[in-house]
This record gives sequence, C-alpha cells and structure tokens, in this order.
Amino acid sequence: MSGMSKIVKTMTSVAFPLAMIYGLYIIAHGHLTPGGGFQGGAVVASACAMILVSFGSVWTVRKIKEKNLSVLESLGAIGFIGLGFFGLIFGSHFFKNILVGSKNIPIFNEIGQGMSNINTAGFIPLMNFAVGLKVIAGLFAIVLVMAYATRLKEGK
Amino acid sequence: MSIRNVIAAVFFSIVAIFLIFSALMIHPFGPDDNQEKFEMDEYIIQNSQEETGADNAVTGVVFDYRGFDTLGEATVLFTAVAGVMLIFRRLKK
Repeated sequence: MSGMSKIVKTMTSVAFPLAMIYGLYIIAHGHLTPGGGFQGGAVVASACAMILVSFGSVWTVRKIKEKNLSVLESLGAIGFIGLGFFGLIFGSHFFKNILVGSKNIPIFNEIGQGMSNINTAGFIPLMNFAVGLKVIAGLFAIVLVMAYATRLKEGK
Repeated sequence: MSIRNVIAAVFFSIVAIFLIFSALMIHPFGPDDNQEKFEMDEYIIQNSQEETGADNAVTGVVFDYRGFDTLGEATVLFTAVAGVMLIFRRLKK
C-alpha cells in the first residue's frame, strides 16, 4: 500500500508548503493577530496529516519516526515550563513576563500599542513557539501512530 | 447490592446535589441591572496592552493572565499523546 494516486500526491506536494507557511505565520504572529500556538499548530498538523493520507502511513513512518515526534513534544512542554520558571527565578513569580519593557535584553521587549511590530510582548511569542511545537508534534504523533497501527485493515 | 455500590451512590448523590445547587446559584448571563459593564472585561480591554505588551488581548489573557490554564491545556495534550502512544505500541508490529 503506497498511498493514493499520482494526481493526489502532486497536488499534496503543491498545497503542503502553503499550508505549512500559513500555520507557521499564525504561530509567529500569535501576539499580534488572532490565533496562537494552539491554532497554528493545528493547521500545521493538518498539513502533515494531509501528507500522511496521500502518501500512505508506511512511507511517512519511514521518513519520520514517532519517537522523534515524542522528543519534539516533550521539548515544547519543557520550553513552556522553563519559560515560566525563568520568570520565577529572575522576576517575582511564576509566568512573570520579565522581557516586556526591559532595557537589557532587546528581544521582544517593546510594548504593543495598536498597530505594533513583531518585536513586542516579551515571553508570549516564545511561549507561542513552544506551545506550537508541542501541538504540531503531539497531534501529528497521534495521527501517525493511529494510521500506522491500523494499516493492515485498510486495503489489503 | 454490595457496600461499594452503597458508598458510590451516596457520594454520587452528594456530588449531584452540589452541582445542582451551584447551577442554581450561578451568576446570570450578562451584567446586572445596576451594572453597566463587567469590571473584568473593562479592565482587560483597557489595561491588557500596557500590562502584557501584546497587541492581541486574547493572547494576553491566555498566556499571561491565565498562564496556568494554558499549562493545564498543554498537560491535557501531553496526557493524550502519552495514552495514544501507550495503547498503540503493541499494535504497531
């Protein structure tokens, strides 16, 4: 079983980068526009699920192991909690947003007012990246493992 | 009818009574008659951009004011992935 027809595979190859860019845009602009880590991660995970459906689960598992996806998901969780502890150690309390308005570290330190640029909001974009990584890896791992486990029942 | 079923029925009744009472005592939807707007909504709309630095007020609430809620959501997702991996580990071969 090697996935769907050649037409579907070609169209998936065309549509996959666009969906990927859209999802990553939603993650990266989570503090400026509607969306965020969860929503953009769901978009990217659906793009990966499209690859999985059209190319078949055996091909996809050969390309990317679900063990690596687990590692990525745990990295996202550790990054999220670590950013929270960063505020606890260098600031006053857990999840304290110490980057906003700080003069020392020029990363994401501006305060957003109206139509602001991307260099704002302190830890919030970094947390969006962590949660987005976690959601991408988690949802794709769930879909991948389920599809690979039930591959004998579909088709032959 | 065993003793376990009796204990389960008693505890279930207590929880059900608590839920019913809390549903009766819940705040009505929307602001009160003597209240023009919700204070919390007004506070977040007025102050979230200065306090969190994020333009998007929803992201400001989700990742700053209610960071623990997001942490719980991430934990739920982690638990789901762990459960699926655990169940489908044997079926993979």
